[in-house]
Amino acid sequence: MSFDRRWVFLSLAIVCVGTYLWDFSVPITISEEARSIYDEVAALKEGDMIYMSVDYDPNALAELHPTTYALAELCFRKKVKVIFGTLSNLGQGMVDQVLHDISDSLRDTATYNGVFYEGREIVNGVDYVFLGYKPYPAMVIQAMGLDFRVPFPTDYYGTPIDSIPIMQGTKNFDQCKLVVDMAAGNVAEMWITYGHGNYGVPLALAVTGVMGADMYPYLRSGQIFGLAAGLLGAAQLEKLCDNPGRAMDGMRIQLFAHILIILFIIMGNIGFLATRKLNKLK
Amino acid sequence: MEWSTFLWTTLGAFLTLCTFSFLYKDNPFYKFAEHLVVGVSAGYFALVLWHQILIPNLFARLNDGDWYFLWLNSAQLWYLIPAALGVMMWTRFSKKKSWISRWPIALYMGIAAGMAVPREMHARVIEQLHSAMRGIIDWNNFFGSSVFDTTSGIASIIIFLGTLAALFYFFFSKEHSGVFKGISSFGIWILMIGFGASFGYTVMGRISLFVQRIQVLDDWTAVSWQGDHGGFVFFWFLVFGVFIVWAVFEIVKYFKNKGTTAES
Amino acid sequence: MMVFVFGFAMIIQYFIPHQASEWVNAFLMDWMMIIGVFALALGIWSLIKVSWDKIKYKKPNWEYAIVTLAGLFLMIFFGFDYFRHFSTPIGSDNYMYVHFYRHIVIPIQSTMFSLLAFFIASAAYRAFRARSLLATLLLIAALVIMLRFNPLLGPIQPIMEKFSVWLLNVPNLAAKRAIVIGVGLGMVATALKVILGIERAYLGKD
Repeated sequence: MSFDRRWVFLSLAIVCVGTYLWDFSVPITISEEARSIYDEVAALKEGDMIYMSVDYDPNALAELHPTTYALAELCFRKKVKVIFGTLSNLGQGMVDQVLHDISDSLRDTATYNGVFYEGREIVNGVDYVFLGYKPYPAMVIQAMGLDFRVPFPTDYYGTPIDSIPIMQGTKNFDQCKLVVDMAAGNVAEMWITYGHGNYGVPLALAVTGVMGADMYPYLRSGQIFGLAAGLLGAAQLEKLCDNPGRAMDGMRIQLFAHILIILFIIMGNIGFLATRKLNKLK
Repeated sequence: MEWSTFLWTTLGAFLTLCTFSFLYKDNPFYKFAEHLVVGVSAGYFALVLWHQILIPNLFARLNDGDWYFLWLNSAQLWYLIPAALGVMMWTRFSKKKSWISRWPIALYMGIAAGMAVPREMHARVIEQLHSAMRGIIDWNNFFGSSVFDTTSGIASIIIFLGTLAALFYFFFSKEHSGVFKGISSFGIWILMIGFGASFGYTVMGRISLFVQRIQVLDDWTAVSWQGDHGGFVFFWFLVFGVFIVWAVFEIVKYFKNKGTTAES
Repeated sequence: MMVFVFGFAMIIQYFIPHQASEWVNAFLMDWMMIIGVFALALGIWSLIKVSWDKIKYKKPNWEYAIVTLAGLFLMIFFGFDYFRHFSTPIGSDNYMYVHFYRHIVIPIQSTMFSLLAFFIASAAYRAFRARSLLATLLLIAALVIMLRFNPLLGPIQPIMEKFSVWLLNVPNLAAKRAIVIGVGLGMVATALKVILGIERAYLGKD
């Protein structure tokens, strides 16, 4: 039983758009690996420093941007200092967009998980620094572990690193409490090999759905302490941060889209088994 | 609403629809969007290379104003060496001089390979083997608190034996027969479950990419048509309307062709 | 010879904890980034050359090559702040540069990848067949992962959730661990082949 695949495309589009218009929420169960990330970030104190590596291009924006927003906003609300970097060639625009949007939302007061946060302005060089992009992730991670100044003599805006207040007394990952890597490719494994493997830096990963199942060996061996995979991982972090956004909104569409795909698989297999039986009878 | 915001967001929505039009069939709108993004991304990347790497890591260091050599004013003149090696790479495109590019490539490959050997061995092999064998059987919690307890002794044994069996499957230097075949069969079962889990995650990942585009198009209709979901619904009615017209056209064409075939 | 010397030196460097060894490491990493940039620039030159040849010889779809080159040169023009600033990254904040990225690159790149959602739906119907017991096992595992957060399953949903956690942390872990170990051994073997000169394909034809 074969028909034009464009009917399949149309059905998926109708189901996804129709579900989007139907306002309901899906219960999100929190996994242990996502909770580990939240617990570690929530335990940070004012003045602590972390490194956030935004290693994805616009093609993985859907799954990883919500995680970046949720964690970055939590850090800024708690007055944790953040060093942003990117190992992806189009990732600078992603960081730029995150900083621009979060600066706006931080101006408003907010209450997350019962904790009241005053609105504030974040200042480049004082609350955060954006180092920019350098190619060849393995070498950059290796070099950053020795001294941030080796690969990044200046930040993204051309300011010498030594003149940036947040970088005074910050040499390498030893001054960072943890590293969170949002990655869409093999950069995640490079952080495990060259970041955690070389320097023992506590590492959490937020990866795309495609890579999610592949990261479990590293989680179990303790090479990473937390994992948020795909849109579900992002939704879990949004729920934990009490900051619902695109990820939690998108999960309800996932529900029906998955049901549709399962229906397609069942239909295809019914057709296949029927054809096989018919051929056997012949 | 500012006109500039409206125009830019409408451009983004237009290019999104141009790209989606590929689902119908390859067409000039899709080709236009595809070639545009290739050019713009390459231009963006060229600027990134210039501003983020060449200026701070090379030119600034060759111009830090401590020592004079020719026109250069630098205390770190040794950076001329990697610059020269980099320029040597460009001879790759010349048929007569391409042998020059082998030197920087050889240097690069040597360093990258040397860097990889101990680190990949440590992270991918030793750490994983250590984790597989560490606390292999937890006698205190052998049966676990429930059937699905992942920290139980039984789970550890399944993980260890499953890893070994899957590694047996990948060993092609020996013929898979007898006991070896049995172990490899168990290994392939474990691998199939792993691939199934990856496939499940992949479906979620792919769908979420489309979900985000729907959310962005909703934002665009909200900005452009100053409405809630009204504008969004109207927009999608237009899109689906085009598809429904196409579907009716295809059905009519199908029955017409069927009639023509029956007559002949 | 060069590959062997530097490769061996980097292996030895890993086992020497002295500061001098760290200094050598930092020195070489710094140099490698600079050399690598020139290699990346080759890709951009290659794109310009291919597009120019397409236009020059009027190859099929040569009109679109004009769009590619126009996009590339426009971004460079905006990125240098209308050719006013070359040595400072002021152009990174240029209005047109930022908006071209936000409203051309982001929408098109995201949408290109979102097409995969449709292709996976089509593949689900046409290709995912339970032809054998192993294929059925794969499909069952995939179904468990896809349905684990589905509240429409009613009372079965919590059991499905726990089963999916077990599936990810036990058999999936075993499978992926074997793959990781295999890949690790393969990478080390290939790297050693490169260092020892057995593998020389990266140098191109003699």
